[in-house]
Amino acid sequence: MRDVAVVSFAQSPSVRREPARNEVEILMPVVAEAVERSKIKDRIGFTCSGSCDYLAGQPFAFVWGLEAIGAWPPIRESHVETDGAWALYEAWVLLQEGEIDAALVYGFGKSSPGSLRDVLALQLDPYYLTPLWIDSISMAALQARALLDAGKATEQDMAEVAARSRKDARGNPNAQIAKDQSADDILSEPYIASPLRRSDCAPISDGAAAVVLAAGDAARAATSRPAWIRGIDHRVEPHYPGVRDLTTSPSTAKAAEAAGASRDKIDVAELLAPFTHQELILRDALGLAKPNGTKINPSGGALAANPMMAAGLIRIGEAASRIMSGDADRALAHATSGPCLQQNLVAVLEGE
Amino acid sequence: MERCAVRGIGQTKHDTAREDVSIAGLVREAAQRALDDAGYGWSDIDAVVLGKAPDMFEGVMMPELYLADALGATGKPLLRVHTAGSVGGSTAVVAAHHVQSGLYERVLTVAFEKQSESNAMWALAPKIPFQPTLVAGAGGYFAPHIREYIRRAGAPDHIGIEVAVKDRLNALKNPYAHLRMPDISFEKVAESPMLWDPIRFLECCPSSDGACAMVLTNEKNSRKDSAWVHGTAVRSEPLGMAGRDEVNPRAGVDCAKDLYGQAGITDPRDQIDVIEMYVPFSWYEPMWLENLGFAPHGTGWQDTDKGVTALDGALPVNPSGGVLSSNPIGASGMVRFGEAAQQVRGRAGDYQVELKTGKALGHAYGGGSQFFSMWVVGRDKPE
Repeated sequence: MRDVAVVSFAQSPSVRREPARNEVEILMPVVAEAVERSKIKDRIGFTCSGSCDYLAGQPFAFVWGLEAIGAWPPIRESHVETDGAWALYEAWVLLQEGEIDAALVYGFGKSSPGSLRDVLALQLDPYYLTPLWIDSISMAALQARALLDAGKATEQDMAEVAARSRKDARGNPNAQIAKDQSADDILSEPYIASPLRRSDCAPISDGAAAVVLAAGDAARAATSRPAWIRGIDHRVEPHYPGVRDLTTSPSTAKAAEAAGASRDKIDVAELLAPFTHQELILRDALGLAKPNGTKINPSGGALAANPMMAAGLIRIGEAASRIMSGDADRALAHATSGPCLQQNLVAVLEGE
Repeated sequence: MERCAVRGIGQTKHDTAREDVSIAGLVREAAQRALDDAGYGWSDIDAVVLGKAPDMFEGVMMPELYLADALGATGKPLLRVHTAGSVGGSTAVVAAHHVQSGLYERVLTVAFEKQSESNAMWALAPKIPFQPTLVAGAGGYFAPHIREYIRRAGAPDHIGIEVAVKDRLNALKNPYAHLRMPDISFEKVAESPMLWDPIRFLECCPSSDGACAMVLTNEKNSRKDSAWVHGTAVRSEPLGMAGRDEVNPRAGVDCAKDLYGQAGITDPRDQIDVIEMYVPFSWYEPMWLENLGFAPHGTGWQDTDKGVTALDGALPVNPSGGVLSSNPIGASGMVRFGEAAQQVRGRAGDYQVELKTGKALGHAYGGGSQFFSMWVVGRDKPE
């Protein structure tokens, strides 16, 4: 495997509603910052992005993203209609071939124009599930209920995830929700879709993120301490919730195994868990049920800021930032796509 | 870099409305045929790469999630690609990189569109606040570019009609083609209604339901009748950049140059036996012949006029009938790539061309003539 590293990362602050700027205008300064910081603009040989037409409600959202990055002379470029973490995977695959030395990856999403929980119902089987209009929060609530009924977690456990995440987010200048609130306070909130309370759910966010990947010497030219990707893998599960055990995440476990996550101690894990109970499921799948020295979501995670199509890439960026700053030697980043953690990606990053 | 081979190819019967299958049924039909052709079962596949054009064409957001089961992807990597109309080609390119990187041995790649689920013309003409609406459909967007080509090249009016007749005659030999018009004639096309001057109704691609799938493998898993990937390339340029040449886009020129370099091609006209080219409106045949370096500027139309691009011509273009005969948008690029591979495998049936160098070009484009994906496949293993 060729040594490839995250060498720079930038993100916009996440906000509930960005009324004055469209997706491209949110994205432009973020891409400029990531590229500038990488110091290897001239060596970027590939660009890959993640976005979704259904958020902004128009076809070809990514075409306008291309305008933002100044694709002239014409560039080698691709796009995934999912979280930017998968765009990073596509770029990483290409970097393995050895033809190019660096790649720009970005993800962006503006969820505010529509009703996100209803829009996400369109992600489901169009014949049997979407007509039931199971919105994304109700779908997650079914999963949370299954977890509670299986005796694998309590509402107290979930509330503690929410309290810890929002408290840690106070150190994250890009967070949308950051506050000191106790688990007991959260447990006194009413349900919005039992057993989920408002605090169990990620906020709705507008935002963007960008990462520069580089291989070998290019990575060393970009930064003194690259965050080397030692393993990255993604897996999918069946779509129909009825054929899955919703209390486990076998695709996360499989991706983590392929990425070599358990080979050594993990200092930091950034997990894309838009609902509190999903963090518990993911930690179980990753062998982090009892963290034993692993700091979970120091950024506050998706519960503090959840710009769709960028939030997974942000997890990789946040994990890489901890490596690049020297705060951590080994980090795990996770991204998810689809209802109830249907598809999952795991990356393991290390310093030298 | 690992060598990449095309071991299996499958496509659906393309039609206006495949009401006999669901979206999952449609992709499954193509994927099963590709697996059968490869002599593989579902469990032989390491990873799945899926492509399609805008999700609004079916009204399903990120349909790869719903299609995971139908594509046998459980427990495997499943990657979704979307690069506008070029997506069928760029999806195959991404799949090829999965093999060439050495990461995967056997990759299933699938592209589809089920246009009958919605109305493609209006899905492409959204009303966005504070932005001018584009136009009603792709034809309205491309017609001015075609007019400018005709002006630059001094081409006579009948060239577009000739392409339309040729491709529909070729389609009669292709059992998967959507449009089958045995009575197609020059007069019939000439008399069809003018939709967006100079594009007549019968010079347009249809709206189709359809899917295409390929099984790509490394050398170890190749077979005697596999086609070999000699080069892949993609290029993109901005839509709204003032001064870009929409008639002869630089992204297409650069993409072809990169591709030919990889495939060792110095004179494409001599070294490529057959082209499967993305021609959604008839005039794009001469336009892309020039853009891709097969003809000097302003002369591509003469090749069409002289029959060079006919099935029995010196440089056959779209022997399968092309996009003018079947256009499941997201799959159309992969159909071009797959048909090119079938030609070099000698498996193109009634529309098989004579092989000389044994190399074929698959081409796709999308957006406002700004996204390009291409590959060269060969009968023989690359150096």
